[in-house]
Amino acid sequence: MQWETVIGLEVHVQLATQSKIFSGASTAFGQSPNTQANAVDLALPGTLPVVNEQAVDYAIRFGLAIGSDICRETVFERKNYFYPDLPKNYQTSQMDAPIVEAGHLDIQLANGEEKRIRIHHAHLEEDAGKSLHEDFHGQTGIDLNRAGTPLLEIVTEPDIRSIEEAVAFAKKLHSLVTSIEVSDGEMSQGSMRFDVNISVRPMGQEEFGTRTETKNLNSFKFMEDCIALEVERQIEVLESGGSITQETRLYNGQTKVAKSMRTKEEANDYRYFPCPDLLPIEITDERIERVRGELPELPEAKCARFIEAFGLSDYDANLLTQDSTTAKFFEKTTGLCSDAKLVANWLLGDVAAMLNAQELTLSESKLTPELLAGLISRIKDKTISSKIAKTVFEKMMTEGLDADAIIEKEGLKQESDEGAIEKMVDEVLAANPEQVANYKAAPPEKRKKMSGFFVGQIMKASKGKANPGVVNQLLAKKLSD
Amino acid sequence: MSVQIDEIRKVAKLAKLSIDESQVSDVCDGFNQILGLVDKMQQCDTDNIKPLANPHDAKQRLRADEVTATNERDKLMQVAPETEDGLFLVPKVID
Amino acid sequence: MNIEQLTLAELQQGLKDKRFSSLELTQSYLARIKDFDATINSFITVTDELALTAAKLADEQLAKGNTSPLTGIPLAHKDIFCTDGVKTSCASKMLDNFIAPYNATVIEKLNQQHSVMLGKTNMDEFAMGSSNENSFYGACKNPWEVSCVPGGSSGGSAAAVAAGFAPAATGTDTGGSIRQPAAFCGLTGLKPTYGVVSRYGMVAYASSLDQGGVITKNAEDAAIFLNAIAGFDAKDSTSVEKANEDYTRLLSASLQGKVIGLPEEYFSDQVDSAISQSIEAAKKVLEQQGVTFKSVNLKTTEQAISAYYIIAPSEASANLQRYDGVRYGYRCDNPKDLEDMFVRSRTEAFGEEVQRRILIGTYALSAGFYDAYYRKAQKIRRLIKEDFENAFAVCDFILAPTTPTPAFKIGANTKDPVAMYLEDIFTISVNLAGLPALSLPCGFKGNLPIGMQLIGKPFSEAELLQAAHQFQQATDWHTKTPVLTKA
Repeated sequence: MQWETVIGLEVHVQLATQSKIFSGASTAFGQSPNTQANAVDLALPGTLPVVNEQAVDYAIRFGLAIGSDICRETVFERKNYFYPDLPKNYQTSQMDAPIVEAGHLDIQLANGEEKRIRIHHAHLEEDAGKSLHEDFHGQTGIDLNRAGTPLLEIVTEPDIRSIEEAVAFAKKLHSLVTSIEVSDGEMSQGSMRFDVNISVRPMGQEEFGTRTETKNLNSFKFMEDCIALEVERQIEVLESGGSITQETRLYNGQTKVAKSMRTKEEANDYRYFPCPDLLPIEITDERIERVRGELPELPEAKCARFIEAFGLSDYDANLLTQDSTTAKFFEKTTGLCSDAKLVANWLLGDVAAMLNAQELTLSESKLTPELLAGLISRIKDKTISSKIAKTVFEKMMTEGLDADAIIEKEGLKQESDEGAIEKMVDEVLAANPEQVANYKAAPPEKRKKMSGFFVGQIMKASKGKANPGVVNQLLAKKLSD
Repeated sequence: MSVQIDEIRKVAKLAKLSIDESQVSDVCDGFNQILGLVDKMQQCDTDNIKPLANPHDAKQRLRADEVTATNERDKLMQVAPETEDGLFLVPKVID
Repeated sequence: MNIEQLTLAELQQGLKDKRFSSLELTQSYLARIKDFDATINSFITVTDELALTAAKLADEQLAKGNTSPLTGIPLAHKDIFCTDGVKTSCASKMLDNFIAPYNATVIEKLNQQHSVMLGKTNMDEFAMGSSNENSFYGACKNPWEVSCVPGGSSGGSAAAVAAGFAPAATGTDTGGSIRQPAAFCGLTGLKPTYGVVSRYGMVAYASSLDQGGVITKNAEDAAIFLNAIAGFDAKDSTSVEKANEDYTRLLSASLQGKVIGLPEEYFSDQVDSAISQSIEAAKKVLEQQGVTFKSVNLKTTEQAISAYYIIAPSEASANLQRYDGVRYGYRCDNPKDLEDMFVRSRTEAFGEEVQRRILIGTYALSAGFYDAYYRKAQKIRRLIKEDFENAFAVCDFILAPTTPTPAFKIGANTKDPVAMYLEDIFTISVNLAGLPALSLPCGFKGNLPIGMQLIGKPFSEAELLQAAHQFQQATDWHTKTPVLTKA
């Protein structure tokens, strides 16, 4: 039987506020445990929440970017369940009146088609803390630094039909939230986490199959692997005559193993009700218009501008505008060295390869626009060849020095002195009389290819430093003599 | 409305409370008496009435996004039942 | 000096005239607590050393002329207000070991005035109760008759003021918890408009109903005290943003021309005849002061009890989920796993009434019942508010009994929670509507005081205090004090 996959996503995006959604504690990542959890975050008796305006504005900004209506009287509710890293044992979230109403995001598929994924709504809520399972004499450690970090939970309609679409949507969403700067998008720090609702149904059937929900996937790769595994599992169960249980599942990205966490029968009764410590938030036209005015350039607009202003290909412009860090890096570097095409080639080529190999993001790496522009400037002014530039780049990354320092230190400056190069040309020609004779005997159309041999020998003799232009010019002259 | 003993057990489980077997029927009776009291509400016609959550129908004030808290971990954790290395310790959490 | 007789206004004057120092006052109150509180049990914690230190500091301030209205004045605080470095138990085993690491806004404001905290008063656990019998630290006794309850939940605060252990005390009122004990103890108790006193640092029972207030000997003191603790607080989202006012400003103004509404539903035959008679007598006094009376209707009075016993337990069930044994408070011994820690810590440390209300609230919010209970109750809440608005269209205040009976015997209602809940019938609607109300003494039944209640429009505290003060100019019920015997 042919099966169709149906996927809906719930995406938790940490908002890039300085302080928490309901308290004045910092949201900075990676601090000592519980140093950023104040009395409110610890849910001490008597403490009360006050809403962070920036979190509200970021949610509105996202809503405007996906073409949603903004709820004019949005309400926080309590979602009740006990968990040791949820200090109040309820999560302040939204249910009946979420801030962002229905919207959509269009994704591009590999076959060039565009597909619209509808977004059901997006709501504000607080993040929980972290349970650390390292061994504390058989106990679990609780760190509440993350508790109260603002989250925007974005819930799609079940419009996604394949792994490809799911990944394309996730990447597009990542690109959007970073471009409009509502989130830093640092996946490794949990800034974007996916809950995936998956079901399968016989191709052509209208009714949805029973779905499972796999929670808390924090990389595109994990999401991709997890969907593949779950779709396969569901088809196997159904084809062997079984049925799917509606359940919540956990997927371990490292071991690639998934397991059932709880079934629908065991599901929590969250007892949502409006939080009496908070009041409805009135969102005025003035606020919406102000936020609209602050909305940074959307990725599509940026892509079009890159094509127009920098003469980039559609392909390159699209890649460079996937996330705002790369786009900003590109613009800054181009501003410093005025060669957009070279900058694009480097960012999408050697830089991307290096980041990939080292499993780093651009912002985590040592590379800065200044460093890259320095390197490209030396290529442009012919101080080094493109080939040597690769060596310089590698050393830049390992030694953290700028291009000039490496060129100087390693003596990699290109040799353009005609006398010196002529000497090398003469030596190579003298050492290879047979090839010279062959060259001279060959018809002109074959000569160009044959000259490559000599160029290679000369470059080798110069340790790659000879200016290829000068070499070619002198070689042509000598061989025609 | 009235509740049965198994419903009381379900509610207690949600509330993380345990009811002694010897008392569960008393608790259930008391519970039903209170439900009898609150069920008087149903006499009241509330069609087309908007629920009132805050007596002044007030709206939420928003706070500027500023870090105002300082690290008070040592003081705040002094009252914790069990801690180690700045963490609160609890019996092992099994997902 | 007979400190048990002195009002805040007299203490202010005495300190100003240097008839006594704050230290002397503090020592006198502490001595009285030591002598008599073994019988009354109005304090959970007496902060004697802190009080003496604070009093010395206050005397220095007084000497320098750096004075605020409450500088050097000893006060008692309901053990629901967080006090930095001092146990804040809410009368629960759950918080028996909880030394609050911060101050409630109310406490902070009083500290800034250099008032002196004598200690933390007894109460019903987590403010759930009308008798102060639901306390981990044992029942508090009524100083007028120690076999009777002082009322609740702010029973310790009322008993302490009535017994002369403190000239005034803070309280909180979710369904009558200031007014009812004030009535039972012959005191003036003011529950301000919701949002006038910050709830920050006041341990939550039912967030949309809880309101801090004062229990004092008379209306003038209540005005002085309220001046010190009221005001907008950015830390409480439900705090009302309005300019500070002087609640004493209208005290001496005449009541001539005021119209007082008498809700028919509050003068039923369930009211003890001694209370009805006392209120009749009080009406005559007010009449002589130029007040006229008008009958009004509060049709939702009976439904208010029902709505209250859904809304308050629902909010409480969520508010009390934070007591889980993880970050503070009681943790059971040797939990075998996480679930066991949650369940046993909560079951062992919450008292019976608290558990009962958590269960009711959890049930009311659970799937399938939300609309029938919580949402329905919130709709009734609007009807209650509208009832009051209609009444206030034709009157300035509402006058009613505070309670159906005077203080009852300890143990009389403990077996029947519903009977206990009905004790709050006259006080609950006010909380649901968020209105200001005060109870003031208007007579006795035998040795037991009787209170009457004045209910006002939102933010009409100054007018309410004016009416009460004017009444107290013509009567002396508020000057009576009980005679205490040593244990």
